[in-house]
Amino acid sequence: MGLMTLDVPEASAGYSHYGVLARFETAKALYRACEAVRDAGYSKWDALTPFPVHGLEKAMGLKPSRLPFLVLATGLSGAGLGFALQSWVHIKGYPLIISGKPLFTWPAFVPVTFELGVLGAALGAVLGMFAFNKLPTYHHPLFRSKNFARVTDDGLFIAIEAWDPKYDDQDTAEFLSRLGAVEVEHVPIDDPADDGDGGGAA
Amino acid sequence: MAQSQDNTQEPVAGRAPLIVGGYDFRSLTEAVAVPVERKTPIGWWFFFLPSLAMLGLFGVSIGWLFWEGTGIWGLNNPVNWGFAIVNFVFWVGIGHAGTLISAILFLFRQKWRTSINRAAEAMTIFAVMCALVFPGIHVGRVWVAYWMFPLPNQMDMWPNFRSPLIWDVFAVSIYGTVSLMFWYVGLIPDLATIRDRAKTRIKQIAYGIFALGWRGSHRNWLHYERAYLMLAGLATPLVLSVHSVVSMDFATAQLPGWHTTIFPPYFVAGAIFSGFAMVMTLMLICRVLFKMEDIITMRHLENMAKIMLLTGCMVGYAYGIEMFIAWYSGNPYEQFAFANRALGPYAWAYWIMVSCNVLTPQLFWFKKMRNHIGWLFISSILINIGMWFERFVIVTSSLHRDFLPANWDYYQATFWDFASLIGSFGLFFTMFCLFARFLPLVATAEVKTVLPEADPHQGEELVRVVPAGSGVEPAPQAAPAGGGGS
Repeated sequence: MGLMTLDVPEASAGYSHYGVLARFETAKALYRACEAVRDAGYSKWDALTPFPVHGLEKAMGLKPSRLPFLVLATGLSGAGLGFALQSWVHIKGYPLIISGKPLFTWPAFVPVTFELGVLGAALGAVLGMFAFNKLPTYHHPLFRSKNFARVTDDGLFIAIEAWDPKYDDQDTAEFLSRLGAVEVEHVPIDDPADDGDGGGAA
Repeated sequence: MAQSQDNTQEPVAGRAPLIVGGYDFRSLTEAVAVPVERKTPIGWWFFFLPSLAMLGLFGVSIGWLFWEGTGIWGLNNPVNWGFAIVNFVFWVGIGHAGTLISAILFLFRQKWRTSINRAAEAMTIFAVMCALVFPGIHVGRVWVAYWMFPLPNQMDMWPNFRSPLIWDVFAVSIYGTVSLMFWYVGLIPDLATIRDRAKTRIKQIAYGIFALGWRGSHRNWLHYERAYLMLAGLATPLVLSVHSVVSMDFATAQLPGWHTTIFPPYFVAGAIFSGFAMVMTLMLICRVLFKMEDIITMRHLENMAKIMLLTGCMVGYAYGIEMFIAWYSGNPYEQFAFANRALGPYAWAYWIMVSCNVLTPQLFWFKKMRNHIGWLFISSILINIGMWFERFVIVTSSLHRDFLPANWDYYQATFWDFASLIGSFGLFFTMFCLFARFLPLVATAEVKTVLPEADPHQGEELVRVVPAGSGVEPAPQAAPAGGGGS
């Protein structure tokens, strides 16, 4: 966990390969293949695409993101802190009577409370998304694959990881070919030839 | 002009394509990435160098302001707010169209936004940067700028949170922050594209750092899309609040001409109006310079023209209502302020405003004019001139003749007033040129989703039968056999 770590679980110890990477030609083929991989019972796998393929999470059997709960919490915290700051300033920090108004003029605090609520929620959404996705993750075994550079262009991939209980070097690769993969390859975990910095897949 | 296909008309069956020119995923990546990767074209320097010179003028004018004080401007006793506030409101307004395109059109599922949202969001950020300069410098004493923020200080004083001026500080700075985050989140997949295509180590590392190691995992897209949706949902009320708060800087004052309840919606409509005009200006130049006529199509331009017509009419309605309410209120000061606005010493500015903002967009009732590149360009410039004058009219014509005739004076802008205005355009265009040179101008990952082949159910709609009660899971047994072709 944490910044800039290899996104490979401890379970990877003792495995020579990260897993199998298969490329599909069309979004339709990828979608069908994802449904099949899901139904075959794999759990440690992923679909990798240059754009979010609509509805793919259903084909993969993923649960909806829990990010909204975090955003609600950070948004309410931002608004609450903002309201508390303003109340403290006018009641305790610098109690100054302006135009004969009471010190606790809560309606006037609404705009700043709202703005800080939005700030809290937006920070929660972005930083929460980074945390849920473990970004930044500059090193990843998939970047060892030459083919994989196409994932940000036109490549639609499925990767099944070697530590999946159902994984088998031969069978899984054949399974993916049967599903219509046009290229199937085994991705190594470590590549001693690469000095390992930068995010490039070149 | 190379117009390959007219996509402004809806076909008899189906829908007109949003992108023309027969792009697939690969050629689309190519079209957007090549302007970032190739050698800097000569044409770019023609825009960049003058912008940089104007930015230099901005630096000089701000430096001279700090040295000499606000006396270098044409401010006088009734008109204590001059160009600095006019420019501030103008630039904040420009930014609003970017958020409208990126957030509000996203929530309304207006997929045509994908071609222009990246550039429009960049425009928002640069416009907010320009806007934020002016409150920081407008008192001429930058060393007390920290008074704007609620910071513990040696005077043991705190800002007055009942004042719209402090609301403004929060609204605009948070608007800038949220816009920047929204823009950056949208950029991540495209930065990864540039990273993966990069030929040199420096580019790989530079783009790679900001791409955060993005690898297009759908487990990541899931959170990513949710975060993007929520940012859109947050930016929508935020953008409406920002110009409302800006308008309250005026509306909560008792000055005739400012003290009006119509201000918040009137300012928001005007902001979107001027912002769309600026997006139009920039897109008309960019699509030619970067050969993107098939991605930023006639349909995009026509849609923007329609929004300009709508918001232009709203602004015209607000001008009319202001006049009506001034008469209807029976308040002599209010009546005088508006008669003075249309017929007094600043009548020239008022009528520039009315003709640019109300008359110009009326030609967009005609499809021919909405599709006329030359007129779109001219009208976008005219509207921006008009919208700058709107803020000038509101600020100066209201201030220069208030309740006591003994206070009256005429505000005459000086060289340094104009230098700060031109200079702020320098900052804006310098930033935009750098953006257009080094970052992908179009949200490639998003545009790919509107290509027909991105649909995983392409061609299935006609044959698919929805079984009763099956909401979420598609029929599983069809998959292993159907995926074939190996």
